[in-house]
Formats: sequence, structure tokens, C-alpha cells
Amino acid sequence: MIRYRTIASRLALIAFAGGLAGTSLAAAQAPESRPPAPTLSAPASPSLPADEQGFLRRWLVLEPIPTTGALTQSAVRDLLDRARLPGALTDVPRAGDTVVVGGTELKWHAVDTSLYNVNLYHFAWALNLPTSNVLFWAVTVVDVPEDLVDVRLAIGSNAASVWWVDGREVIDIYDDRQTVIDDGVSDRLTLAAGRHVILGAVVNGGGATDFCARLLDANDEPITNVRVVDVGQ
Amino acid sequence: MMSRVVSALAVALLLSTPIGALDGDTAIHDPSTVIVEDGRYYTFGTGAGIPILASDDGWTWRRVGTVAEGVQGGLPTASVLTRGGQNTWAPDIIRSGDRYFLYYSAPAAQPKAAIGLLIGRTLDPSSPDYGWEDGGPVVWSDGVEDSNAIDPGIFRDPTDGRLWMVYGSYFGYIRLVELDPETGQRRYPDREPINVAINSEASIMIHRDGWYYLLVTHGSCCRGASSTYNIRMGRSRSVTGPFIDNMGVDMLQGGGKLFLGSHGRFIGPGHFGLLDLGDDVQKFSLHYEADLDRGGISVLDIRPLLWRDGWPVAGENLEEGTYQIESARTGTALELAVEGVPVGGPRGRGARGGFGGPPGAGRGAGPGGRGAGPGAPPPPPPAPIPPQTPEQVAGNWPSGPVAVRLSPYMSQAQQKWRFTPVPDAGGYPGSPYFRITIDGTGRTLAATASRELEVVPSFTGAPEQLWRIDQLTDGTYRLMPKAVPGVDEPMALSAVGSSKPTLARFRPEGDRERWVLKRP
Repeated sequence: MIRYRTIASRLALIAFAGGLAGTSLAAAQAPESRPPAPTLSAPASPSLPADEQGFLRRWLVLEPIPTTGALTQSAVRDLLDRARLPGALTDVPRAGDTVVVGGTELKWHAVDTSLYNVNLYHFAWALNLPTSNVLFWAVTVVDVPEDLVDVRLAIGSNAASVWWVDGREVIDIYDDRQTVIDDGVSDRLTLAAGRHVILGAVVNGGGATDFCARLLDANDEPITNVRVVDVGQ
Repeated sequence: MMSRVVSALAVALLLSTPIGALDGDTAIHDPSTVIVEDGRYYTFGTGAGIPILASDDGWTWRRVGTVAEGVQGGLPTASVLTRGGQNTWAPDIIRSGDRYFLYYSAPAAQPKAAIGLLIGRTLDPSSPDYGWEDGGPVVWSDGVEDSNAIDPGIFRDPTDGRLWMVYGSYFGYIRLVELDPETGQRRYPDREPINVAINSEASIMIHRDGWYYLLVTHGSCCRGASSTYNIRMGRSRSVTGPFIDNMGVDMLQGGGKLFLGSHGRFIGPGHFGLLDLGDDVQKFSLHYEADLDRGGISVLDIRPLLWRDGWPVAGENLEEGTYQIESARTGTALELAVEGVPVGGPRGRGARGGFGGPPGAGRGAGPGGRGAGPGAPPPPPPAPIPPQTPEQVAGNWPSGPVAVRLSPYMSQAQQKWRFTPVPDAGGYPGSPYFRITIDGTGRTLAATASRELEVVPSFTGAPEQLWRIDQLTDGTYRLMPKAVPGVDEPMALSAVGSSKPTLARFRPEGDRERWVLKRP
């Protein structure tokens, strides 16, 4: 696990030079305060079980990273090369940690969603941060009570997204798209009993942006007896 | 039919000619229902001694002698000759318990005829248990009554297990009698047969969703390419009728909705037989009076059976060609997982209505759009965009194996698949195995040992590259590799997600493994 610097305030947000979009988060911030995201809240329990449809509803979400808005396969791969998180893909930050990506200091926020999906537009809008032409990183930790064979990670995202399970890339979907349940699905995975880190990168062009994620069993049915742990505490 | 005696002789001669219909030797007339034992397919036809065709896969057929070779004293048996004649025509077969009941027509001069019963324990002529016992005549016509007792069609009612026979040929009625599943003989021999249709022959019944369907053959047989055979049908809520066609005409008054007529170079379809393979895969067997590509002889065929609006529909076996493979579950299309190139080149988001208009034109400024202003000069007619080919866009495609995925169809080169029959690779009922390649390339769809899919650079003929393609009863298709490395159970192409194809056990209750094949 990498160590994230926790700082009291963010003094400056520096847009990427020569790669990501030139719009800085600071420039995009509106001066007025905004109400909290209506579908998101801070976690208030040590763990959170998957809901009855298997959706994982507790995540750490990093503040958005400006992009060019391009959503093609090559553009997204290029973006992820340049906006990769420091450390390993299995690292799990704490809420409030900050990280510098592409020269910009960004903060991790822990959220519980009241819906099946995590509304990233709500997330960013409530923080006075841009919602269009941005990249969101999101991570969660799933505790699996028993060894699971032939399971799959299944996600939907608006728009393009790439996903890793325990550091292994398992899903990549591109282009302008809406969140459809079980849009991107991994190959079959074996998950040993214990903790597993799910990491996603969601790239939005314009408009709404969100994602949903769950695990499917060997019969493609949602797995509901898993819990999100170690997120937000 | 007077001409049938002549035709039987002609068919007997033709049967010795090694001409393929499905594949192999498929020359037959009046085929029975195709029946499966230990994975081997059998059908029995008109001719001396009742010729037998067999197939190990339902695609490649061969002659395996005659039924008479397994009957002491030959055919027709002496008991049947007391009621009928010397010919052996138009058999049908069904399994009842651990035995097979084979019914055959033994006509004399029309309409004197009998239908005899043979009872056997196996269909495999090489088995030590092989042989047919005489079960005697079951029904007959005396030459005067309004009946010509030939062409048996056997039906087990799936709702109660009762066994029935329909029979008859033009002279008088198609008749229905109930059979005893223990003996194969009539269950109530003292009851009068029930008349269910006229002006037809080759009758048989099937059942689905509370309806009983009576399928018969209309028209004339046995005239080669001049035959007018065609398959007709009516339906009833009761096994005993009345059987009414789609226009409300009783089949006792000559009604019958067309199920299959002559088409293309196949003349005179007749003798429907249901081949239910389970898992919502139904096929039907038939013969064409004349296959013009095979010298006009009578041949066996097996085709998909579809259902639409409460009626059976004759499906088509998949033809070689280029298709888009669309998931019935998600509506997305199978593609090579490479970055697509827009057909016709990239373009920005223009005005709706076809193409971008002048600034301020707004939505619908294209031809026929709402926004075209009065007096505006008409835009030039749009030029056709030529089809995208791999040569134009494959420069960035990896040279090795490539993953596949599902995406919205955009007529791009990586989304168009060529289905090509593979010779000498075997097949399944009705079709040979296909290879599936990106059109214009050798890149071949293959199953992997991890029960996923990939596209390999070239076709090698390996079983994981051979595809069985069955049309399901709703018209969609099931695509199954001949084998998946290291996996014993059959698997089918499956849409586990909108963007994710995989291999999974076929689940007929849903759309995951159902695919729509469209011409791009």
C-alpha cells in the first residue's frame, strides 16, 4: 500500500502540462458552496454488504482529472498511461488522502451511494469540480467469505472505463456510452477467501457520468454475500 | 396413388446411386421420422425391404441395409399380407419403453392396403440384439371403404403419454386411431377410426403450447421435378380434431395452411417428421421429390423448425456468407477487439437529419429533415460510402491472437464475419460445421481452454475453430464450438454482458446464448 500525503488544504491545482486538457480544476471551481450530492453520503459503518442485486455501494473516489474528452480506445489508453495513480494498482488510500497525478494534487473521498450506481456527476458537482472531460479513479475493497471460482467482475460506466482486480486489468470498454448494468464483464476469475481490491478508471466526455459494479457467480447471477471493507475508515 | 408403385421401383434404383443430399448417401423417398439411438441418427424409407439410412452426426448419411434383413421371412410379413399387399412403403417409427415400434405400409392395388408393425430392441444392425419381430397388421383398408391405409404417422401426446397413429392417402380420409404403448397395436380395435382430414397423405401430428398440429402433404408425388408435393397443416385444441387451418377451413374439407412448398431447386417437399433435439432446438425431416442439383432424385433434408404466431415455420439452414453476429440479449455485435475506424472517415457530430447543414440550420437540415428552409438550395445527393474492408483498416490490428468483444454495429471491417462450411469436418443435423472468420481475412474465431473466445491468425481446422450453428425455434441462432479444449460439456457463444462475449452452457430460458445473424 502506498502512503498518501494527507494535507489540510489544497493550495493549488495544476493542470497537466502537454497531455491532459489545459483546464485546471482551480479554474473550473465555482466560488459558491453547493449542497451535498443527493445520492452520496459519507460511510457510517465499518463495512457495507453488497445490496440484494450484488452492487457494491461503497467506494473511494478521487477528484476528477481533466482530460481532452476523447473516448476512443487509443485516447483512453494514452490518458491512463499519463494519468496513472502512483504506487501499485492494489494500493488502497484512506478517505482524505491526497495524491498528485500529473502534477495536480487530488483528494480521495469515501462515498456510500443510495442507488445501485455511483453518480460521479453528483460527486464532482457537489465539490464544485468539473464533470465533463474528466477522468475519475475509484477503488473499493471486497471481502469474500469463501473461495470463489469462475466469478466475474461486471460493471457499467458512463463513459469509457478500465478496471483492475487485485492489480490485474480485467475490463476495458471505450467510446461514448451510458451506464448499462453488466456492460463490461471480466473473464472468469478465482477469488480466494479474503480481501480483494477493485480499481476502476472512468473517463467521461460530456454530461452525466456514473458507474456501477458487482460480482457475478459462475451462472452469471449476482453475488450478494460479499462486503466492502476497509473503505472510508 | 397408382404412380407410387412405379416410383418405388425408381427410388430403389436411385438408392444405389451415391449422391449426397445433406452429405453422403441421402437418396430416399417417404422418410420416416428421424430417430436417434446412442447418438446415431436413423431414418427409414419406401423401397424393397424398407431401406435404412444412418448418420453419426445428422449431416453425413449412409445406407445400412434394409429392415427386411432383420425380419425372419422378410417383408411384408405373412400376417400383414393377409390384409395388404406386397409393397413396403412409407414407414414411421417411435420408441416406446425399451422397444421400437416400426410401422410400415403394405399396399396392394389402391385402396386395399395395410399398415404392419415391427418390434425391435435396437436400431443398430451390428448389435447382437438387433432384429425385428412381426407385430402383425394394425390398420387396413379393404379396397372399398373411404380409406387407403398407408403412410402411418405416430404421435405420443406429451400431455398424457397416449400414443396415436394417423394414416391414409388421398382415397378417402386421413384417419386417427389410438395405439397401446405396450403392444403397439390399436388400443381400442373395436372403435371406429376418427377422420381428421381429406385430400392428403403423409400425415403426422405434433404438439406445442396446448395445440395439436396435423401436418399432411398435399399434391402429387413421384413425378420428379414435376411433382407438386407440399406440406400443409391445421391445428386443434383436441388430439381428435377438428383441425382448422389459418383461414378457418377444416382439414376434413380440404383445408391446410402451407408449411412448405417447392422453392429454388428443391421440388416437392413432403413427409414432415419432427426431430426435437431439446433445449429449444427443433428440426424437421422431409424429402424433396426432386433436388435439381442432384439429378432430380428424391433426397432427405433436415431443416430448422421455427414457431411464429402459434404456427410452425420452416427455417433455413445457414448458408455460407457474411454476417453480423448480434446478441439477442444486448443488441450489440461481435467484433474483433481492435479500435474501429469510422466507415467513410471520421466526422463530427453534425445536425440531425443526415449531415451538417449551414450554421444555424439546426436539427433536421438534411434532405427530408424538418429544418430545411424554404428556398434553400438542395444539397448535393449523398454519394454511397463503399464498404469498409480489412485492407483499409487492419494496419493497427495485432498480428497474433486478438480478443473479441461486443459493440454497437457500425458496418466496420472487424464486425463482419464470414461463415464458410468446412468440408470433411462432419456436422450436425442439417448442416456441416462452419469456420467463422473476419470477412476478407483468415482471422478465425476460436474457443479457448479458459472457456473464452479469441480470434487466431488463421484457420487450422482444430475442433475449437469449428462451429455448429443451429437455428432456434424463435429464429435466433445458437453458435457452439465443436469442442472447447479441456472441457467436456457442450458450450455456446454467450453474451454475459453488453460488451462481453464468452462461452457458457446453453440456457434456452433466456437470451444470453441467442444470436441474430444479419447480412451486413
